[in-house]
Amino acid sequence: MGAEDTAVRAILEIADDCLILGHRLSEWCGHAPMLEEELALANMGLDLLGEARALYAHAGELEGKGRSEDDLAFLRREREYCNCLLVERENRDFAHTMLRQLYFAAFMQPLWQAIATTSSDETLRGIAAKADKEMAYHLRHAGEWVIRMGDGTEESAARMADAVTELHRYTGELFMASPARAAAVASGLLPDPETLRAAWDQTIATVFRAARLAAPEIRTWQKGGRDGIHGEDMGHLLAELQFMQRAYPGQTW
Amino acid sequence: MTDKHELTPLWEVFIRPRNGLHHRHVGSLHAADSALALQSARDVYTRRGEGNSIWVVRSADIAASDPSFAEPNFEPADDKIYRHPTFYEIPDEVGHM
Repeated sequence: MGAEDTAVRAILEIADDCLILGHRLSEWCGHAPMLEEELALANMGLDLLGEARALYAHAGELEGKGRSEDDLAFLRREREYCNCLLVERENRDFAHTMLRQLYFAAFMQPLWQAIATTSSDETLRGIAAKADKEMAYHLRHAGEWVIRMGDGTEESAARMADAVTELHRYTGELFMASPARAAAVASGLLPDPETLRAAWDQTIATVFRAARLAAPEIRTWQKGGRDGIHGEDMGHLLAELQFMQRAYPGQTW
Repeated sequence: MTDKHELTPLWEVFIRPRNGLHHRHVGSLHAADSALALQSARDVYTRRGEGNSIWVVRSADIAASDPSFAEPNFEPADDKIYRHPTFYEIPDEVGHM
């Protein structure tokens, strides 16, 4: 890959994370436990969708092959999506959804902050400055819920502990740099994800202490999403995500 | 089983649209505590840029006047028109008040 291609690929990794998690949150529409949370989940989903749109549009421009944000979001095959596995995990219950949001936001907020202040790309710095505030809210919202469920009733604590057991092993992939990311780090486009680990560890430790949760020891981190190797849930997700554009190509409203 | 509304009591939400204006009642919501009530208020009532400050207060903590005592409370003011500042000539120099 040339320098331009690796930059595009590195931006798509972040864009795909945002799109796929935003889609997962949208699946809660009409199913949330209460109206207040219905709106909160949709709001967070829309924040992520907005971030994905800005990144896709920018990646499409850098690529220079005429692919629009819609082409990138809706018309790639499963293996071409390079989101991490964490964001494609199923919603399951409210505990899983909120813990997944905490894990992701605790990673993304320091990432956006670093991009906003250090990226060599002015457009990315602009996108990051806006997204940083959105992720700060996701982090607070998800953190408050994880604390209340972890330190809540017998059932909520059991569900949150299950979610930690299920999802913690997907968090290691957040800090692994793909070849495209490593090139983007070297060129000054994006920060090294490894440098964000201390902030993430501290955020999770603070929330877990208040939530009376323990992080499990992980021997083998789940990974593969950055190479396009996804779990079986991903195909179902894309079937729904892409349906309109596949059934009615070029349709707009 | 505990009633859901005992776990998430009702809160009244007040939003201040701009600095210098006062907080205005905009609606209510259910939440377990004040931190979650503030977050929900942000999500439910400020989606279109309605405000820059939020207050929440437990509905149960609001003391309300008795509707059946509305006549003794409010009717005595009806015939005291001299309390409205409409009997003064305002000099032009004062401008808009």
